[in-house]
Amino acid sequence: MTTPLAGYLLVAALVFAIGLGGALTRRNAIIVLIGIELMLNAANLNLIAFWRYGPHPEALTGMMFAIFSIAVAAAEAAVGLGLVIAIYRQTNTTELDKIDRMKG
Amino acid sequence: MQDQAQVAAAVTGAIIGETLVLVPVVPMIASGAIALMKRDRRKTAARLAIGSLSFSFLYSLIAFVLVAMRPGLRVSTYSTWFVVGHTSVDLGWILDPLSAVMLVMVSFVGLLIFIYSVGYMAHDENFTRFFCFLSLFAGAMLGVVISNSLLLLFMCWEIVGLTSYLLIGFWYQKPSAAAAAKKAFVTTRVGDIFFFLGIVWLFSQTGTLLLYKGGGGAIEPTALALLLSQHAGLGLSAASAIALLIFAGAAGKSGQLPLHVWLPDAMEGPTPVSALIHAATMVAAGVYLVARVYPLMQIGAPAGGTTVALTVITWVGAATAVFAALIAVAQSDIKRILAYSTVSQLGYMMAGLGVGGVAVGMFHLITHAFFKALLFLGAGSVIHGCHEEQDIRRMGGLRADMPLTFITYTIGMLALCGFPIFFSGFWSKDAILEAAQHWSVAKVPFYMLVFGALLTAFYMTRQVCYVFLGYWRGHGTAHESPKIMTTPLAILAFFAMALGLIGTPAWPWFRDFLDGRTATFSWHGFAEPGLALLMLTSSLVVFLGLWLGWRLYGNKSPKPKEPDALEKSAPWLWAPLRDRLYVDELYGVTVVAFYKWWARVADWLDRRVWGGIVSLVAWVFALWARLNRLLDVNWVDGGFDKTCEELAEGGGLLASLQSGRVQNYLRILAVAVVALALVLIWSSRP
Repeated sequence: MTTPLAGYLLVAALVFAIGLGGALTRRNAIIVLIGIELMLNAANLNLIAFWRYGPHPEALTGMMFAIFSIAVAAAEAAVGLGLVIAIYRQTNTTELDKIDRMKG
Repeated sequence: MQDQAQVAAAVTGAIIGETLVLVPVVPMIASGAIALMKRDRRKTAARLAIGSLSFSFLYSLIAFVLVAMRPGLRVSTYSTWFVVGHTSVDLGWILDPLSAVMLVMVSFVGLLIFIYSVGYMAHDENFTRFFCFLSLFAGAMLGVVISNSLLLLFMCWEIVGLTSYLLIGFWYQKPSAAAAAKKAFVTTRVGDIFFFLGIVWLFSQTGTLLLYKGGGGAIEPTALALLLSQHAGLGLSAASAIALLIFAGAAGKSGQLPLHVWLPDAMEGPTPVSALIHAATMVAAGVYLVARVYPLMQIGAPAGGTTVALTVITWVGAATAVFAALIAVAQSDIKRILAYSTVSQLGYMMAGLGVGGVAVGMFHLITHAFFKALLFLGAGSVIHGCHEEQDIRRMGGLRADMPLTFITYTIGMLALCGFPIFFSGFWSKDAILEAAQHWSVAKVPFYMLVFGALLTAFYMTRQVCYVFLGYWRGHGTAHESPKIMTTPLAILAFFAMALGLIGTPAWPWFRDFLDGRTATFSWHGFAEPGLALLMLTSSLVVFLGLWLGWRLYGNKSPKPKEPDALEKSAPWLWAPLRDRLYVDELYGVTVVAFYKWWARVADWLDRRVWGGIVSLVAWVFALWARLNRLLDVNWVDGGFDKTCEELAEGGGLLASLQSGRVQNYLRILAVAVVALALVLIWSSRP
């Protein structure tokens, strides 16, 4: 017996919601980054599920898309962490509430 | 064989005539090149100036020889400068005996004076500027000489006037030099205005300004007949009126009576300038102009009679000759005496033109150019040797200190006095006197000219006695000038004696050359009735003048403060002569006073009338400006202020959105995404 598509979508939606909640509520910039990572991976899960259950599961398009997305996410994580470190050196904090120099 | 030589000469003459324009153009180019040089390129400047003028001299000499080989040769060239409607303005140049002889004289005397200047101006810091101006002058003067068009002549004439102004004011730091330059410029301008009126009138009548145009020129028979038939009022024909206007221009340049005042003051310039411009060449340009347009002066004369224009010229010339000679008697500045002497001799030339024709006046012009250049350069040598002293009362005894200058100066002086037989001035002055004696209108000019000759001998003797005889009364010691200055003196002295030979009654080569005939030698020239008596009379007059001068001044060496010998015996005569017969004062109370009054009137008009109008306009505009300001402050400014406020408020609102908190942005993003998703879901419902 195979798991229906809705099951994958449900899990992905849960992961996305957890990620979003973390990104919006936590103050630490690193935790926010982790939340963003979670949301990205939820999207990856959706991509794989839709591919597997789609009309052309033999075409590998969904897997390619997911791998591409993971690579982008890795790069993004590297840039993001680099930014966090640079900000920390300037302000001695990673609390996002206190980093409001861009205020208009 | 003879024919072949003649043909060859004609062909070469034509070629030279066509390219004659090089003669003035080369020195002008040299002047331009010198103007661009640095101030310390003294040697290059002098070489360039002397080199270019040497070229002009050689070219002129070739032209002269060719004209001499072909009697009566006249090569005239012209081309159209511009066309207005149906009339064209032509420029051109001409090679004929008159222009050839002037070319040689101007370039040769000019060359000698250029060389002399190298020595005289050796210590001047503006040496290059001096040679720039001199070259420009030489070019323009040669341009005057070769012009075949009155317009081209007038243009060169004005450049000559400009360089005269520049060179009189060469030491412009001296206020007197600057004033003299202005005076010369303004005074000659008075004559030039009349000259220009004459040119315009001539152009309107004949439609051309070319002198010779193969029968269609302004002074050729067709045009002259037309001019003679026109009436200009006051019983004058147009020809006479135009001739008189042109003579007025010549009088301004040549220092004739009412307009002579600038010439003595022009001696403020460096001495070579006085010699070249204000004695030998430029002031002779007026005489040359009259000679050039002589057919116009002469037209309408009855057989053996004369015309209105020539009568006026004679009277003005004779009056100038005596008037200036009288003043020269009582001057004490060495150059001023020579300047008045120049004015006087120019009067002789004009009178010679009036009574005797082109040859008589031009012969005196040529001989005078040489001996007067000699005298001025000699005076320059004296001034140089006496440490820039110009007062003859502070000189004396220079015979021993400056032997070369003394000998050459004496030759020049004897030539100017007209010492018999051996000096050129004798022959040229005698020609004038002879013509004046036979003048049909009146005998008075003849007696005036004879009296002038007496005065000339007298004042020159006085000057030589003061400067060279007696004992030294100056400061320091006098010294002879360097070779570069004395060599031109010697050359000029030679010509001051030898030139007389070309115009003796026995061999009147000069007259025949100008008239286009071949001269023949015959002793019978002296056998003309009355000639021997005249020559005897004029010789006696010269001796009388020399003797009178010697009686009063010879070897006496009065002290600088001591009154002059003539002052002691005739103070009533001395004072007006010393004060130059009050001509300057006369101008002061008439012309200058009138201009001052007119200036005051103009000033009053400016202040009261025009100033009032200007103030009124200004007041109206000020009122208008106030109104504008009111509008601005109350309406326009208010509008702008309101706009700015609104913009600032709006900006504040937008700025408050930029909280700088990343999570706020994220929140908005999340809400937006949810809202977008809801809209999509809701809108895709069936």
